[in-house]
Amino acid sequence: MKSNLFNMIAVLLVVAVCSAVSIGYVYELTSEPIAEAKKAKIVAAIKEMVKNFDNNPLEEKTTIGTDGVVLYPAREEGNITSVAVETSSSQGFGGKIELIMGILTDGTVTGYKITQQNETPGLGSKVTEAAFSKQFVGLNTHNSNFSLKKDGGEIDAVTGATISSRAVIDAVKKAVAAYNNFAGAIDNEQ
Amino acid sequence: MSSKTWNNLTRGVVRENPVFVMMLGMCPTLGVTTSLQNGLGMGLATMFVLMMSNMVISLVKNLIPNMVRIPCYIVMIASFVTIINLLMEAYLPALHEQLGIYIPLIVVNCIILGRAEAFASKNNIWYSLMDAIGMGLGFTLALALLGGVREIFGAGSLFGVPFLSQDAYPILLFIMPPGAFLALAGLIMVFNKIVGAK
Repeated sequence: MKSNLFNMIAVLLVVAVCSAVSIGYVYELTSEPIAEAKKAKIVAAIKEMVKNFDNNPLEEKTTIGTDGVVLYPAREEGNITSVAVETSSSQGFGGKIELIMGILTDGTVTGYKITQQNETPGLGSKVTEAAFSKQFVGLNTHNSNFSLKKDGGEIDAVTGATISSRAVIDAVKKAVAAYNNFAGAIDNEQ
Repeated sequence: MSSKTWNNLTRGVVRENPVFVMMLGMCPTLGVTTSLQNGLGMGLATMFVLMMSNMVISLVKNLIPNMVRIPCYIVMIASFVTIINLLMEAYLPALHEQLGIYIPLIVVNCIILGRAEAFASKNNIWYSLMDAIGMGLGFTLALALLGGVREIFGAGSLFGVPFLSQDAYPILLFIMPPGAFLALAGLIMVFNKIVGAK
């Protein structure tokens, strides 16, 4: 088709409007399932991390002053048995890493579950896998050194992904600090 | 099936394979193929976008003035990619998590614009669809092969299932960017040997 000023403007306008309308429609359609999928993931991670509970940890969420860290206490017959801590680090190789960490009341770490990351697939994304994450299980918030071995700590970095490993540790350290504050506050109450 | 239909369908798979012969779409080819699953997922997503864009562009080819055809194609392709991204995030969250950062890259994949410009804008909707399926299959095949090779050498697993013991050291280089170039070069060598090109 031969171009002139009028038909060029008209066609571009029509194409742009059609594209905007269809994207807007799909966005409306998918915004709810997307939000639900995100929430379901966090809820599943929390339930996996806390042990023995008969309350709804989501309803009791608290923050303890540390920015961005949220604690979800799990209770059995009114006593706190463990806490799921939602934490994040912005030092990842591909942006923000968000994870949920489980800690028993004696400070023992039950593990973590990553809920959001953009690390390099096949390399940095290995921090989500058991081979790396199981190293945290059984460490204690009061006396373990949450650092990479090359930084004098107890954790082996994922080979070729030191930055991703450090980012996870950064998030974990925030969670540990928040938990220790939280545990101190509870001890004072009792 | 007429011979022309068949011809359009098979051209992209071997004779004009977008990766091994035309060397198009190198960015996703080298970037995402760290495992078989990633390669397959990226290939299928691209194939879907290619089918949609080829069909629509073939339909509206007579309505678009020549001088603004490229901006029109790009806007359409970008819309399809955004829609697929949203649909994937809503209904296939697990796959979206794996491929999330690469999906928007489909917009600038030159295979899609290349086929729109070179084929869909000159042929009818049926042949355009066949061309898209053929090219999409060729691209998926290439990405899956490359992903498979890199995963086997670089991670010692296939489809996420490890076949090496925990203590074995896979050739990590193959998962990292230089490994992509080495594996691609090797595959093109084998491909040319088999197809007998040049």
